[in-house]
Amino acid sequence: MDFLRLFGREDVSSKDIAKERLRLILVHDRANVSPQFLEMIKSQIINIISDYVDIEEEGLEIKLTRMKKNEDATVPALVANIPIKRIKHVARA
Amino acid sequence: MGQVIVITSGKGGVGKTTTTANIGTGLALLKHRKVVMIDADIGLRNLDVVMGLENRIVYDLVDVVQGVCRLKQALIRDKRFENLYLLPAAQTKDKTAVSPEQMKNLCGQLKEEFDYVLVDCPAGIEQGFKNAIAGADRAIIVTTPEVSAVRDADRVIGLLEAAGFEEPQLIINRIRPDMVKRGDMMDIDDIIDILAIDLLGVIPEDERIVISTNRGEPAVADESSKAGQAYRNVTLRLEGENVPLMSLDVEPTLMERIKMLFGLRAKK
Repeated sequence: MDFLRLFGREDVSSKDIAKERLRLILVHDRANVSPQFLEMIKSQIINIISDYVDIEEEGLEIKLTRMKKNEDATVPALVANIPIKRIKHVARA
Repeated sequence: MGQVIVITSGKGGVGKTTTTANIGTGLALLKHRKVVMIDADIGLRNLDVVMGLENRIVYDLVDVVQGVCRLKQALIRDKRFENLYLLPAAQTKDKTAVSPEQMKNLCGQLKEEFDYVLVDCPAGIEQGFKNAIAGADRAIIVTTPEVSAVRDADRVIGLLEAAGFEEPQLIINRIRPDMVKRGDMMDIDDIIDILAIDLLGVIPEDERIVISTNRGEPAVADESSKAGQAYRNVTLRLEGENVPLMSLDVEPTLMERIKMLFGLRAKK
């Protein structure tokens, strides 16, 4: 590590890690979203989507994060990752 | 009519008390303002010790609020700095001994007579915080360049805005230019970028602060202290003067000199 640092090759500085972590933490803090709230959203999404597709419930992930709006601005975003096992027939009709 | 400024942070140990002591002393020393500092940290008083006034306490904040003594009797006059007074916190009671309404009244009375009433807020966002901000017109938030301190500062900024404070200002304390230069500490721009708030000052990490606190003499009166200089600048900015941020450049290290010799550019 120190050897790499000697030649200035360490790629991510720890302050950039700090800044990125802080940004994510603050998205949550500012939105004031509790884990219970996210669980509620999750179970309702499962309910609605299961009418149309079979989903893998264990793999379902919902989180609050940030998304690039344009070059230099980011906005909070609710991202849902829903693994699909099979599309049901009703959806194709 | 004076103004009431609360010095707060959310997180403990970032330098609220040191900042209160130095700004208070600075305003009295450099601008001859009439200043009273209130220690609102009931049960854990410290401003008296930082100011070196711990041996002069007779009455405290709770005594005043409960009518045990008159307000004037509880104010400690600092003999070293003209126009500087301290209202100490009670050490044996807890924060429920005072209500926000009582703090508001107290601050109202004090600003009739003083140019500045500085309230040293306890850590946290509970009752003690609510008491400390109750009578304040403005807020100064102290943070350090650490993830935890900046996070708490953000929370406090949110609470202050909800309580109707218009433009809280930020002091970044204990910044280490050498670490910033290496990319191992968030710099001023990073923190301002995240918190989106006005900057009042930046105080470099300085051994002299430890020494001056040991002695009970605020660093703002110490000509040889870098942090003292930074606090003098903050004092002048509070008075509306346009003082540029102190340069925090560091001398290139031996290793960097060698790198330069070999034409390897030092990392930004």
